[in-house]
Amino acid sequence: MTTTILTPTEEFTVATRHGLWMKAADAEKVTGWTLKPEGMCRDELCVPLPPSAVAGDEVDVAAFWHKLGGPAVSNQDRDVWALGAPPDERNAALKDREAPDFTLPDIDGVPRTLSQLRGKKVFVATWASW
Amino acid sequence: MWQQLYGELKDKNFMVVAVAEESRGADHARQWIDAAKSEYWQLIDVEHRLEDLYNLVNVPQAIWIDEGGKIVRPPETAGSTDHFRRMDLKTRTMSPEDQAARQAAREAYLNAVRAWVTTGKYALDEGEVRERLPEVTPAIAEARARFRLGVWLRLHGNTVEGDRQMDEASALHPESWSMWRQAADLDEVGKASGPGFWQRVQALGEKPYYPPPKL
Repeated sequence: MTTTILTPTEEFTVATRHGLWMKAADAEKVTGWTLKPEGMCRDELCVPLPPSAVAGDEVDVAAFWHKLGGPAVSNQDRDVWALGAPPDERNAALKDREAPDFTLPDIDGVPRTLSQLRGKKVFVATWASW
Repeated sequence: MWQQLYGELKDKNFMVVAVAEESRGADHARQWIDAAKSEYWQLIDVEHRLEDLYNLVNVPQAIWIDEGGKIVRPPETAGSTDHFRRMDLKTRTMSPEDQAARQAAREAYLNAVRAWVTTGKYALDEGEVRERLPEVTPAIAEARARFRLGVWLRLHGNTVEGDRQMDEASALHPESWSMWRQAADLDEVGKASGPGFWQRVQALGEKPYYPPPKL
């Protein structure tokens, strides 16, 4: 079936079966991790997968995501999923003190990126109408 | 809201980035942004991405970032206080004393920003920044994923299930006022500050709604 997968910053539409089983190429597109004999790999790091999470050129992304410690949640029909950032990843990024970069549109739809302001002191403040 | 501060400090290598946590989208925030006549960035965050990245729980919260892109003050209340909890709900007014105290706290915070920009004061050292960072727990991570899913489902016409996901997000991360209030606002404009909100505030007891920044 065709499934929508939401990551913290992106949205993908991929072919899946039985939850989040998908082609390794799609898994790479969605997660940024590549299927190799050692497991799922990104840069120098490889996370081994249980044999039950790989079959030929297909991988169970929900199982992989749980292995990473990240939440994988879906709607009732299981055709829309959200893969949340693993908490360890978020905590490590903040403890490093490097301000996590982000790109958001301004009121006219122009994308603005925090790191464009490098060299200035930046005061980031949230608000809401509610 | 920050235009005066920005106007004073803009020639000192300083920038303000105001981020609207607004799942109803830009058009819903436009009237306030137009009224602010601001020269700094006014960004729209439909999915509350900033709250996910920086582990935020309410508005207004601010993060101070130095010239090298390092966090020098982790998320904290940006100039608001709990005096509103004592206001007369019929007239929606605060006592003159509370109004004055609220104004003084806001001014103290703005003065801290001014001091940081001009002298570097109030920037915290590495250890202190780490110490003050709230930890992202597995429950918070799942709450963020469910909130993201809930906003998406609502925007795509699936209100019932979107609400269910957002309720679950709030149950997983009850400290997040943003998740609860955004969900209430998506349900009906005004609900985020309606009776349900006041009940939740009452239930805080001695706990703060806006923890004061430790300057």
